[in-house]
Formats: sequence, C-alpha cells, structure tokens
Amino acid sequence: MAGNWLLAWRNIWRQPRRTVLTMLAIAFGAALLVFSIGLQLGQYDLMIQNAVRLYQGLFQVQQQGYHDDAKIRTSIPGIELLARKLRQQSGLDSIAARANGFALISSAKRTYGSLVVGVQPEYEKYVSTLPGVIKQGRYLSSDNAHELVIGESLARNMKIKPGDEITLMGSGRDGSIAASIIPVVGIYASGSRELDRQLVQMPLAAFQDIFSMQDHGHAIVIYHEDVKQQSQLHAVFKDLIADQQQLVVLSWDEIQPGVKQMIELDYSSGWLMYIVLVAVIVFSILNTFLMSVLERTREFGIMLALGYTPYNIGRLVMQEAFILTSIALIAGTLIGLGVNYYFYIYGLTFSGMDEIARMYNMPAVIRPQISPDSVLIGPGIIFLFTLLAALYPASRIRKLEPVEAMNHI
Amino acid sequence: MIHTASLLIPLAWRNLWRNRRRTFVILFAISLGVWAMIFTSAFLRGMSQQILDDTIYNLTGHIQIHAKQYLDDPVIDHRFSLIDDALFDSLNHPAIKQISARVRVPAVVASEQDSTGVTLFGIDPENEGDISFLQSSIIAGRYLDTAADPGVVIGKKLAERLETGLGKRIVVMSQDKNNEIVDRGVRIVGIFDSQMDGLESSCIFMGLQTSESLLKIKNDVSEVAIILHDSAQLEMITRQLQQENPHLDIQSWKQLEPLALVITELYDDFHIVWHLIVFLAMGFGIVNTLLMAVFERTREFGLFQSLGMKPGFILAQVWIESIFLIVLGLVLGNLTGWLSVLATGDGIDVSAFAQGMEMVNLSNVIPFVIIQDDLLLANLVVIILGMLTSLYPAWHASRLVPADAITRV
Repeated sequence: MAGNWLLAWRNIWRQPRRTVLTMLAIAFGAALLVFSIGLQLGQYDLMIQNAVRLYQGLFQVQQQGYHDDAKIRTSIPGIELLARKLRQQSGLDSIAARANGFALISSAKRTYGSLVVGVQPEYEKYVSTLPGVIKQGRYLSSDNAHELVIGESLARNMKIKPGDEITLMGSGRDGSIAASIIPVVGIYASGSRELDRQLVQMPLAAFQDIFSMQDHGHAIVIYHEDVKQQSQLHAVFKDLIADQQQLVVLSWDEIQPGVKQMIELDYSSGWLMYIVLVAVIVFSILNTFLMSVLERTREFGIMLALGYTPYNIGRLVMQEAFILTSIALIAGTLIGLGVNYYFYIYGLTFSGMDEIARMYNMPAVIRPQISPDSVLIGPGIIFLFTLLAALYPASRIRKLEPVEAMNHI
Repeated sequence: MIHTASLLIPLAWRNLWRNRRRTFVILFAISLGVWAMIFTSAFLRGMSQQILDDTIYNLTGHIQIHAKQYLDDPVIDHRFSLIDDALFDSLNHPAIKQISARVRVPAVVASEQDSTGVTLFGIDPENEGDISFLQSSIIAGRYLDTAADPGVVIGKKLAERLETGLGKRIVVMSQDKNNEIVDRGVRIVGIFDSQMDGLESSCIFMGLQTSESLLKIKNDVSEVAIILHDSAQLEMITRQLQQENPHLDIQSWKQLEPLALVITELYDDFHIVWHLIVFLAMGFGIVNTLLMAVFERTREFGLFQSLGMKPGFILAQVWIESIFLIVLGLVLGNLTGWLSVLATGDGIDVSAFAQGMEMVNLSNVIPFVIIQDDLLLANLVVIILGMLTSLYPAWHASRLVPADAITRV
C-alpha cells in the first residue's frame, strides 16, 4: 500500500514541468477563490454590521402588524417597563424603547414632513450610532427634557442651528392634534442620507406627552455586536415576551429586507462567476490528466503485462491526482490566505469606493473575512471537482489491451 | 518566404487532424474559456446597462436643469421661469430628443386615516413619455390626461399606507411662493406600481399647470429633464447648455447620480480583470496540453530536423498549429457564447431580491447584453495572450537535439 503512494509520488515527478504547470493552475484557482470569497464575505459582514449598528438594531420588539403598516395606534403599552424587564432578564444593556410618529416641522422659513422618534437618551447610545455623531450642539440630555436633535441635511434645508426653535405639528395617538414648539439642541450627521434628511429625535417622555401616547411606544430596539449569535438571541427574546401574545421579535433581516436581499443577490451573482471560473479551471486540469494518461499507454501496457489489474492502475492515477491536487491546493490556499491577511491588516480600497460606501453607510475600506468558511469553501470545491475530473482518465485504463498498449508509441 | 508559408500552413493544418482527440481536447478548453468570458461579460454588461437605464429613464433624464440652489435645497423658492428666450433657444437643439419640465417640491399628503411627507411632481404628461416609468406602470385608473388635469396619480404603496384608493380624495399640502401653507383636496385618478418601492411610497404626480396654480407660480418650474438622441453627445451638449445659461444649474446624470456612474465604471474595469483571470485559468491548461503534445511528438521533430528542417521552421510550424487552434476555439467560443445568451431570452428574473435590487437602482429583470467592445476585448485577450503563451511550447519543439529526439521512445 505504501509502495503505491511512493510510486504515485515518483510518477508525479517524472515530468516535473507538467506537474508544476498543473499545480500552478490549481494553486492559482485556489488562491483566487480564497481571496475573492474572503473579500465578498468581509464586505457582507460590514454591510450587516453597519445596517444593524446605525439605527435599526439586531432585533426589534414590536406590536404585531406594526412593521408592515406603521400606524401610531399599533403601539405597545408600558414600553419603558417592558424595556427595563428585558434589560434585567437578558443581562444586556443595549436595549432601548422608541416611539415613532410623523409630523410637519417648521422653522421660520420652511416646513418639512419628518419622522419624529421618541428615544430613551440613556440607552439609545447603546443601540444606535446617532448619539455619537453629533456635529453641532449636544445630544438629548434626559428622559423628559423638552428638546430635540435633528439631521444635518434637514437642518440645512430648514436653515436652523442649535438653539433655534421649531414648530411641530402632527396627529396624536388618539387622533387629537399634536403640536409643540421645541428648541433644537443638536445636529447629527450619521452619514445615512435617509436619516440625515428626515429623522428627528426627542426624549421618549416628551414624545409621549406631545403625541398623547400615555406610556405607549412602538418598538424596543435590541443591539448586539455579534450577528452570528442572532438565532440564539432571537430565541431568548422570544421566550422573554412569550407572555404577551400580540408582541413579535423581528430580526434585522426582517426589519431591513433590502440589505439582506442585496447580499443574497450579490452572493448569487458571485456564484455564477465562481462556477464559470471553477469550470474553466477544472477542465484545464482534466485536459492535463487526460493527456498524461494517454501519453503513458505504453507504460500502463507493461504494468498490465506484469500483473497489475486495471483497477490497481486506475487507483495509482487517482493517487497521483490526489497528491498533486493536495499540494497545489495547500500552496494556493496559503497564498490566498496571505493576501487576505495583508488586506485584513491594511484594508482594501479602490477608486469609487467612497461613493458606494456612503450609499450603504460603511467605511470606504473593506477587510476580507478570515474564517474557516471563507478559506475552505473555494479550495474544497476545486478539490472535489479535480478528483471527479481525474476519474475519467483513470477509467479509460480499463479499455487497455496489454499487447496493443505496449506496442503503442 | 511565400513558399515557406505555403508549406508550413497546410502542414500545420494537417498535423492538427492527425491526432483528433488531442485537438478536440484543446479546442474544448479554449472555447470553454472564450464562452466563459463572453457569457459572464454579457451578464455584467446587462447589470451595468440596466443600472444606467433605470437611472436615466426613472425621472432623471440625461441632463437636468435647475435653479442654482435647488439641488442643495429642493424647495419652491429655487425655481426658474420657462418663459426665457435664452433657455428656449438653447433647448431648441437638434440633439435633444425630449424635454420635460416639472414642478418638484416637498409636500404632505393626508387621507382621512393618515398623513405622510412626499415629493410632489407637477408634470406635463405628454412630455414625460420616454423619461419616466409612470405611464407604463399604471395599474388602476388612468394616467394624467393633460397638464391641467385636476387629478393626481399616486403609488400603490402610498395608497396602502394612507388607506385610500382610486377615486378617493386626498389633501395635498405644500408651501406656495410666499411660503404660505396651501392645501387642496384632489381626487386620485390613477395608481402606479413601479418596481422601485421608494418612488411608490414617496411621490405623487399631478398636472404641471394644476401644481403651478396651487403653488401660485405660473410658468415657473423646479426642474427640466432632457433626453438626448445620442448619449455620446452628453458632455458636449451639457457644456453648451451651461455656457448659454450661466444663471442656471445644468448637470448631466453623471453628476446627479454619481453612484450609478461609479458602479458602471467599476463594472467596466472589472471586465478587463475578469478576462485576464479567466485567461490565466485556461492558459495553464492550454500551455500544458500544447507542451505535452510537443513532447509526444519528440520523435517527429527529431526526424524533421535530421531531414534538414531548420529549428525556426519547426517553431513556426508548431506556433501556426497553436494559432489555428486558438482561432478555431474563438469561433466556437463566440458561437456558444452568443447562443447561450440568446437562450436566456429577456434576461434572468431576480424579483426575489426586489428590495435589494432597488438599493442599487435595479429593476427586476437583468438582461444579458452583448456589445461589440466586450466581444472585441475578450477575443483580443485570447488571441494576443494565447499567441504569446503558445510561443513557449513552440520554442521547446525547436530546441530538441535531433539525434536524442529521434532515438527517444
């Protein structure tokens, strides 16, 4: 048995040039796949991280139906108590209650429709980046202060600065008119055009007061940095609200299906490219295997005459393919990993990346993901298909007739 | 020289068909690579062209004209008059296919149930035809008849949100030219269902004159969108319009939609990188197979040399064989690439990712598009790099020492 492996090893090096070229092809393919899959997954991580961290959270507890049709009436009673209960029972601090409404806000010159959100300033900083990106003035000071912060674009459009007052007009939960005059204390710049253009935040208590909400709110936002624990955490929070039938726990991919779908779309179009590439690589390897078997007709004839069975020879060819592919894949994977590691440390960016980054609200530098998945998927696929490819030439040996084969030139 | 060519070319051609299996194996490898290049670049091209079309033909147009501060602050104050001889003259240009003047201001719409902020478009329905999706995406009721049509057309999502529908009345509120709040009850005469949710939930369309009378801005508009006959003239016409109308802000879609521009440029760059990657992947296989073919024919080359053929001729002969192979492979690859693109018909339906597609400005069907430049690029890459790489096996064949070669088994 060991003799066979040794024979296979020596056979490989009888034609060093061919072996090296074949190995280069395999290694090139492996390195390329490791690099591009790592980059792709790294980019998705970044998109999810940013989508989750900016504002929407990893989960939201909402009244059933609120997500599909955000009506001010579809609210959760006693929301602050519920948020406190979830914080205590889950041990997570990054849980904050919010209430959402729509209002016309007017400065001296301009009127705009905007989303008004009541937040708990103390906890909001754990679930969203907004409190940390105040460009002018300050963030909301306490739970019941009568003040608000406003996005950069909206502030520019309304021509207001911290210290100015705006008039707010909308309809309250009970259908009454919600109106107030509130000072602006801060202006944030989140980098997301959508938020900066239309979102206004005020303390939850003030919101409840203006919009006649009593102790109601619309969503409890839960943030956790590790998206991979999504399913475990989801189960935990589902249990915690199990006593309230009408509440649901929505995950980030339900709250922001666009991000999820974009990733899936990119993933599938990426796979189209990978499949095509792997096909090209595998066929060029198949060619090499096939030619090298055809070339050795004479040799195989002699082996058959010496008493080797076609099965033995077929196995020998497979062993050669196995050794060759393994060495090449290891080399290729290491090269790919090295490239990924380099970009993981220094980051990868290219021209135009800035624009795209702003659109999706992510940093303009991508770092490849380095994980068992990202490293092993590509080489694994090549390994599988090259061995499959080697089966075909190996199977041709069965057709050889010893005498004819020996006389073959 | 002519004599040599007339000898070598038929010789090379016949050599190809002496060992059919080897020829077919190499041909298959080359045409697979060429197919991969053409098929994937048609996919990429389809994506980027779809992004462009969806950008330009969804209200943007090739060029837009606004008042100076409008883009920064899209409100009624920043409007311009259409009764302007200079503007009229410069728009009367043979390269311009269509001109659409619009009022485009922020507004609030309210039904009995709910209210929300939207963008109010006042359009002249006859001139919007090619520029916007609107006319073709009406699913209930009708499109606007004239610029003085008293009704409005709203999106399906917005109608759901406001719990209103065809034939019902909604109130539109905005600021008139004196910054007074004006409102008017209007009847919904049509509902549209665009592939872009954003447009569906945030825009309402009314007749241009109706909106002008609501806002008290007779003959003033916020925006003029222009479609050109030939997009190659984009830069030239934009510059000309800018020079003739220095008081207005005139920009091409490239400035208005930098993201679409960046994405399409990235795709263009990626074409080249992708072709090189595919070529590398197949290049190893081709060199390997050609090289093996040369080794297999060691005896033959030795014989040629001892019969007096110069090494240079052997090189030329093997090289011509490779070139035949490459050209044949290109023909097959182009053919199969073209056929497989034909087989995809109108394109692939990706409506499962609708919201993700919208984030990158794409509608739900991605067509496969073959354009001349991409074909040329793929073919050039294969011919030039193929000829260069096949020089190596040819050079090898010419370096054999006759006496060794002839005795080698």
